[in-house]
Amino acid sequence: MSNGTIENRDQFLETIAQKLGHAAGEAVTTPEWKHQPQWAVYENKTPEQLVEIIKKASESIHTQVVETNSADLAESLNHLIDSYGGGAILATSDKRFSEWGLSDVLEARHVAIWDTLKGHENIDLAAHANIGLSICDVMLAESATAGLFNDKDKARSVSLLPVTSIVLVPKSTIVPRLTQAMALVQKQVDADESPAPYINFISGPSNSADIEMRLVVGVHGPVKVAYLIINDR
Amino acid sequence: MPMKVGNLPFFEGVDKAISNTYMVNAVSSAQDGLREKKLKATVGDETLGDWEEWRRAGEEIRQFTLNHLDYYLKQLSDNFAARGGHVYFAQTVEEAQNYVRKIVRSKNAKNIVKSKSMVTEEISLNEALEAEGCDVLETDLAEFILQVDKDRPSHIVVPSVHKDRRKVREAFQKLGYSGSDEPKELAAFARKTLREKFLHADVGITGCNFAVADTGSICLVTNEGNANMVTSYPETQITVMGMERLVPSWKELDVLVTLLCRSSVGQRLTTYVTDITPADQTDTVDGPKDFHLVIVDAGRSRALGTEFQPALQCIRCAACLNVCPVYRHIGGHAYGSIYPGPIGAVLSPILGGYKEYGKLPYASSLCAACTEACPVRIPLHELLIKHRQKYVAGAGHPQTGEKIAMKAFGIGAKSPFLFKAGMKMAPIFLKPLVHDGSISKGPGPMKPWTHGRDLPAPSKENFREWFKKHQAEAGNPPTTVNADGSRSEAK
Repeated sequence: MSNGTIENRDQFLETIAQKLGHAAGEAVTTPEWKHQPQWAVYENKTPEQLVEIIKKASESIHTQVVETNSADLAESLNHLIDSYGGGAILATSDKRFSEWGLSDVLEARHVAIWDTLKGHENIDLAAHANIGLSICDVMLAESATAGLFNDKDKARSVSLLPVTSIVLVPKSTIVPRLTQAMALVQKQVDADESPAPYINFISGPSNSADIEMRLVVGVHGPVKVAYLIINDR
Repeated sequence: MPMKVGNLPFFEGVDKAISNTYMVNAVSSAQDGLREKKLKATVGDETLGDWEEWRRAGEEIRQFTLNHLDYYLKQLSDNFAARGGHVYFAQTVEEAQNYVRKIVRSKNAKNIVKSKSMVTEEISLNEALEAEGCDVLETDLAEFILQVDKDRPSHIVVPSVHKDRRKVREAFQKLGYSGSDEPKELAAFARKTLREKFLHADVGITGCNFAVADTGSICLVTNEGNANMVTSYPETQITVMGMERLVPSWKELDVLVTLLCRSSVGQRLTTYVTDITPADQTDTVDGPKDFHLVIVDAGRSRALGTEFQPALQCIRCAACLNVCPVYRHIGGHAYGSIYPGPIGAVLSPILGGYKEYGKLPYASSLCAACTEACPVRIPLHELLIKHRQKYVAGAGHPQTGEKIAMKAFGIGAKSPFLFKAGMKMAPIFLKPLVHDGSISKGPGPMKPWTHGRDLPAPSKENFREWFKKHQAEAGNPPTTVNADGSRSEAK
């Protein structure tokens, strides 16, 4: 990306400041908010209870949830892939696949791995794949939402273009709700780290109720979504 | 005028709308569904705790951010540009259009894909780009339907709520669709038609639900996946935001996204909550190489520092539309603005002026259901009253007729002789119009009233006369009220 620019700002902000009755850009500290109901939601729930909350929330977003443990992960993934018809598969470039011993499964299944060096070919692969494999960075129990911190390797297209999106969810990434995920990002920012360029919170398959308010599952994004929760604790 | 929908004056638009039975039924049914879902996901969801506390949290954040808007906009633009993005501040609609046109021209772009955005509707961006020879494609299913059918939005969240499946099918037939009117099949057609367009577009244009000042990030709250397509495959991304749509940091984003998802469509979170931050995308295959942020005033600053500032707290959830009895009966198009319903009746006169939209605040029964539904506690019905006060005081329209009428009334009311004469004459003058004790077709200023209901005919006997007679019959001597409030027998 080129160097950034800002145009037309001074007069614009001056107008606002005048209306508000103070000097333009007057420094301010965001206060500690008086009302913060978000922290009490699912406070003190155990990881097991949060998994149960995910399962329940998944029902209303048409998403399958499968639980497994580290030892059975390869078998569970194979089984899940079969249940969605196998076919062409694409995975993000994420070292966690090999760390969990999944390299053999991916190889045996001829799974294509996102490779920035191949350029646009990746997008063609994703657009024609039946299944995309991604790994969750933070999982929100309340809404059964997979938070993916996408970047050039953990590519967004893998969970967007294929017909089916399978997301591997380490149990250690499960938090009660969006509050904790946002706090996680804020912590990175406060430590002067940049947030991932594309943070995508995905709750099930794409859908629309634009025609007579009837829900249609599978519009522009995936038609089917499954979460494979791995007991890694 | 960019915000304008249709060309009819307000009352004529209302007449047209209420005779459209399908539209009225479709809107009522959608309202019921959306309201029920919202209630279930808010006051009805015990896991959230006290919904009122959430509303207060939203109000607190929005008010503070607006009170320091210049500071947070500076921070947002600094952070966006520091990460390589380009920020343009547009004071007017024309400035915003011109900047986007300039970018599109410099890229020699022809194929543009858009995700749903009210602010781009507000600034008529499609028309401006089409005039440049660009092919601008709306990709949200509802907006796609409207574009194919050359129609305009009638709801902020569900823009094609006034169309049934048959109308959608007819619209798609223009593109060669030959399938049934099943929503699933219609949506599959849109998916197939648009997929290739996404992958080969030159520019992607989005709106912005919230920007995060702290990092220069843009948050999009969607369900269909089209916004993800629009922000992933074109080389250039242009995001257009109303200048008030920002939060200080990610912590506040959490609260506002929660309020928006639950209040608009009754979901805990929409399918996609996508946060995009400019970054070096040189090696990235599926992300824009060039990222522009256009921050639009277009009349918003007129509300700052005034009694109308709370209107800018709005997060465009449309919960107020979904409870409004007036919107229920007249739908969105009758408002003549791309912002309909209670928030539209508050915002439109601010953004578009009283001359064009001064009558909209009268499209309310002042029942306050909108105020109660608002997740960020905008006192909507109070703002409608304040608009009416401005309008009555002459904002946006010549008062010649009204002034003459009021002056005449003042003269008549001040003179006991003229007042009494007027009271006596009214039944005589109106007699030709009275049938069965009421007037059903009144002339002039009576017309709008009698269009909706009968006006009781003026009685030959006025209240004072009746009361005097009544007291006499009851044997009570007539009394007068003294200066201290006591009563004494009339002399």
